[in-house]
Amino acid sequence: MALGDLSSSSTSELHVLAVDDSIVDRKVIERLLRISACKVTTVESGTRALQYLGLDGDKGSSGLKDLKVNLIVTDYSMPGLTGYELLKKIKESSAFREIPVVIMSSENIQPRIEQCMTEGAEDFLLKPVKLADVKRLKELIMRGGEAEQEKTSNLIISSPKRILQNNFFFNIFFIITIIVIFIA
Amino acid sequence: MNTVVVAQLQRQFQEYLVSLYQQGFLDNQFTELRKLQDEGTPDFVAEVVSLFFDDCSKLINSMSRSLGRPESVDFKQVDSGVHQLKGSSSSVGARRVKNVCISFKECCDVQNREGCLRCLQQVDYEYKMLKTKLEDLFNLEQQILQAGGTIPQININ
Repeated sequence: MALGDLSSSSTSELHVLAVDDSIVDRKVIERLLRISACKVTTVESGTRALQYLGLDGDKGSSGLKDLKVNLIVTDYSMPGLTGYELLKKIKESSAFREIPVVIMSSENIQPRIEQCMTEGAEDFLLKPVKLADVKRLKELIMRGGEAEQEKTSNLIISSPKRILQNNFFFNIFFIITIIVIFIA
Repeated sequence: MNTVVVAQLQRQFQEYLVSLYQQGFLDNQFTELRKLQDEGTPDFVAEVVSLFFDDCSKLINSMSRSLGRPESVDFKQVDSGVHQLKGSSSSVGARRVKNVCISFKECCDVQNREGCLRCLQQVDYEYKMLKTKLEDLFNLEQQILQAGGTIPQININ
């Protein structure tokens, strides 16, 4: 199927590049995305992801990609290049920095989440990933520019996946502590 | 199609599946996987769990080697194996396997070789047990389909 010049703007189907070193998780995320009407390419490492995108400096590999990638979903903990390092490399690249990158992790570690969001990740999904997560994600991406506004408010609104409400309680606690110290 | 036979098989299937949840073999993520299966992909769940069991076997073997000699245990390697196993068991809803991994990680963190060996044995037992249970479940599914029926979608709370 020659789809060399199919541009994403002419179709409503997203082409997602999914990166995960676990074969089980690759199979699951691929199915989750396909069911959500996305085209999917899976790779098993950050290095392979860069090769696929043609970002690894090897001129010969840039022909691998026949469809523009609209979204990258990557696991955080991978041997070799971590998901965070992959995110950084993508955001450093002028050709690919506009592609939204979503990080997945089995660990709900607040500093890790913040680090990824600061580096420009679109979203952070807690594993195991469910159909509802992918549907929400797809809506977020498809809304495109509109999503910029929504995204900021989504981050602040507490969601089961991101315990940013911890920040809220921490802040209150911090303020009270300061007041107590002041009074004492 | 013998509707009485189909109804009987469907009931059997439902009871068996519910019992697997009740006995803690499976959790909600398995339900999520079943949602992803349809007439176009009738083997999806079976394929995913098959990959999971292969993964288990491979990881258990390599962790066993790492724990092999008491004087030279590579706890980093074991920890990495446990992390992977915990991740994939969580992704398929293999609750008991995942729970053993939690204890396993704790033994790894304190470099308790004996504890690790016990957990390794337990995780081996649990994944093999789950494999047998799911084989029986998939057999029931096949019987339903062969009798001309459809696999019930079951809501587990």
